[in-house]
Amino acid sequence: MAAHALNSDKYTRKKPAITKLDLIGWAFVSPWLIGFLVFTAFPFVASLFLSFTDWGVVGNWHWVGTQNYQNMVNGTDFKFFTAVRVTLYYAVITIPGSQIIALLLALLLSRKSPGIAFFRTLFYIPAIASGVGTSYLWALIFSSQGGLLNTALGFFGIQGPNWLYSLTWSLPALMIMGMWNVGTSMLIYLAALQGVPQSLYDAASVDGANWWRKFMTVTVPMITPGIFFNLVLGVIGSFQVFTAAYIITNGGPGDATLFYALYLFNTAFQNLLMGYASALAWVLFLVILLVTIVQLAMARLWVYYEANAPTATGPR
Amino acid sequence: MTTSAQTIANRRSVPIFKRAPSTLIRYAALIVLGIIYAFPFIWMVSLSLKPDTELNQIPPQLIPSVLTWANYPNALFQPMIYFPTYFLNTIEYVVLAVLGETIVSAMVGYSFARIPFKGSSLLFGLVLSTMMLPTQVTLIPQYLVFRDLGWLDSLKPLIIPAWFGGAFYIFLFRQFFMTIPREIDDAALIDGANHFDILWRIMVPLSVPVMVTAIALSVVGRWNDFFGPLIYVNSVSKTVLAVALTFFNIPGEPSPENLLMAASVVTVVPVILIFLFLQDYFVQGVTLTGLKEG
Repeated sequence: MAAHALNSDKYTRKKPAITKLDLIGWAFVSPWLIGFLVFTAFPFVASLFLSFTDWGVVGNWHWVGTQNYQNMVNGTDFKFFTAVRVTLYYAVITIPGSQIIALLLALLLSRKSPGIAFFRTLFYIPAIASGVGTSYLWALIFSSQGGLLNTALGFFGIQGPNWLYSLTWSLPALMIMGMWNVGTSMLIYLAALQGVPQSLYDAASVDGANWWRKFMTVTVPMITPGIFFNLVLGVIGSFQVFTAAYIITNGGPGDATLFYALYLFNTAFQNLLMGYASALAWVLFLVILLVTIVQLAMARLWVYYEANAPTATGPR
Repeated sequence: MTTSAQTIANRRSVPIFKRAPSTLIRYAALIVLGIIYAFPFIWMVSLSLKPDTELNQIPPQLIPSVLTWANYPNALFQPMIYFPTYFLNTIEYVVLAVLGETIVSAMVGYSFARIPFKGSSLLFGLVLSTMMLPTQVTLIPQYLVFRDLGWLDSLKPLIIPAWFGGAFYIFLFRQFFMTIPREIDDAALIDGANHFDILWRIMVPLSVPVMVTAIALSVVGRWNDFFGPLIYVNSVSKTVLAVALTFFNIPGEPSPENLLMAASVVTVVPVILIFLFLQDYFVQGVTLTGLKEG
């Protein structure tokens, strides 16, 4: 009897499963959620379905199972390998290259000196202005007839190649253009550099470290979150390069600059092979997903977050 | 032997030509790199002012013999290229899309920051994951949905989804709202305000900086958008500036570089001006989302 009287159910009100706060929260989020379902989730699943068909907008379509994917791998569609090779080659060169340049610029800008803001603006503007106009500009810069780059190289006695019509130099040309665009990465590094406590540098100085040692043992480890962020964004971005390739070379000459995103666009909107294009899109998605997951998993090994640092009383 | 602090203090009063070589090297490097980065733009303007006779000249002169200002009206008002229409289309696209995206993203971001509702972590994780989704994987079915809605050959497929919020901006607003002290919310709640009131009467006035950041970033993104209009707008009269620039290259004829560059300059200048006036907001936007975790 006494135990029964102590039964807490009688004296505490059970929390209702859904509170008014939940409803309000859902109401606020609903626009995004609806948009997500209609414009993202549904197309996402639909494109997976499409990728198993040979749908071509007009005419009959059939379920072909994994035929699209097989065609990519078994060489039936040799352009697939070209597109992958071009995109990977671009990514492998441009990502480290632009990170180094961005970090270099950020380092140069990290000391508060007069006029620094002007240079920061200057280096960021290419990223802002980037688009069709600047793509055409770079096409002219790379021109073999009075183009800026070959003229500049001529001052050093170097005969520049016919960039945009050369099988070997057209992709490097686009890489160079890609590295002009380092503004956003540079800003991330600037912010990261400003977060490094001066006391660490001072301590290193006291220990007799020169600038290189300070850089490698203080700066680089402390900015690893920024490096990580830029790497993740860099991979996602470089796999989707489109505008420059479309405008400047349109994949040419002879598919030397056939970026994956451009290839997908051609397949879908020019060849109207929408089923196959969906398969291409899913391969892209899976590759990006895989690379991002690997990056996230490996981050633990090399990214250092100040918030997780051990304190005087032990690890947090 | 001076300590670091004293060295730093001394540094401030030392005239530039007496400073450590490292500062001079720094400035020299900045100037060299600055010239390399700025030169394409200088070249762009130079090309835009060249008369037809000086195109493709070898070696190219930086300053044209004749400053052909006429290139600008010619480029913009040629019969085939009707600039005012494209300009208005672009403005319409930018204004409508930015308006929707900013307002809705602010609302959604606020709810993630301040309303502890069931499933908010899960949903927010979902929002973040969509940021990493390549556009291609939803592209084709989206296109088909818009085709069935009859929205093809217009800017609607680009404007209307913006009114459902954008993942990046939701993230931006959420990060910002989380920096506002909760006491303000609590005081208002005690006074009987509901969340909607809090958002509109308190948060929005406080969030002018992040609003400007969101608007600035969004405007630049929409103004430069090429892929979207390329896919969804077929009619020449309905497209935006970015796509209109491709109309200069008539197959079979030599490309009118000077006119193309003139039009490109006009396309690029508004965005650069916005950036110049709102720089700090851009920087803030990048850093607010870039480095803070959680």
